[in-house]
Amino acid sequence: MARVLLFGRLADLAGWRDRAVEAGSLNGLRGVLAGVDPALGEALAGPGVQVAVDKTIVRGEAPLAAGSEVAFLPPMSGG
Amino acid sequence: MTTPSKIALTSEPFEPGALLTAFCAGRDETGAVASFAGLARAEKGAAVALELEAYPGFTDTAIAAFADDAKTRFGLQDYAIVHRVGRIAPGEAIVFVATAAVHRRAAFEACDFLMDYLKSRAPFWKKEHGPDGGRWIEPTAQDRTDAQRWD
Repeated sequence: MARVLLFGRLADLAGWRDRAVEAGSLNGLRGVLAGVDPALGEALAGPGVQVAVDKTIVRGEAPLAAGSEVAFLPPMSGG
Repeated sequence: MTTPSKIALTSEPFEPGALLTAFCAGRDETGAVASFAGLARAEKGAAVALELEAYPGFTDTAIAAFADDAKTRFGLQDYAIVHRVGRIAPGEAIVFVATAAVHRRAAFEACDFLMDYLKSRAPFWKKEHGPDGGRWIEPTAQDRTDAQRWD
């Protein structure tokens, strides 16, 4: 199970911000999330949304280990 | 100067004056300390509160990497950054930055540089709560221009 974290408007859209999801890769995870909530799936693939796996930004596909932490980060606003 | 530079994200209100006093204490080789405190505005009633979200372990690491580069770039002795997260009421401090150097120019410029980064590029997500609800906001064109001055 990967731990999925949503931030900013993505968490508001989904109605949750921290959830365990069964997936072996980032693309697999996107598919699972989009299957449950198509609007969220679209937003996660939207412009400016970055992904961090275990707190490191990744681009494109990435494998997920059991206990991986995947964070979806909308455009950062600064403080 | 051996004081470790420090970054803190806190959900509790803080007092900028107390932080500055602590930062200035015990220095006999620092010629200049510059500091900045940013406060939440009420916008004449349009802003009921500001909400800042951070990603602990990611946000603080990103700020530390940037600030350590700034320390080298400006030849700072050290710095302190304290940033509020969570819900912030008008009048409360959002951010405190202090920089210490041998001479004033480095301290002033590094403080300005760190604030431009914190306001435009640091990994925070900001929501403004007004009388009619909340909205997520992104950096303003002015914030981006301010940050690009240093590129």
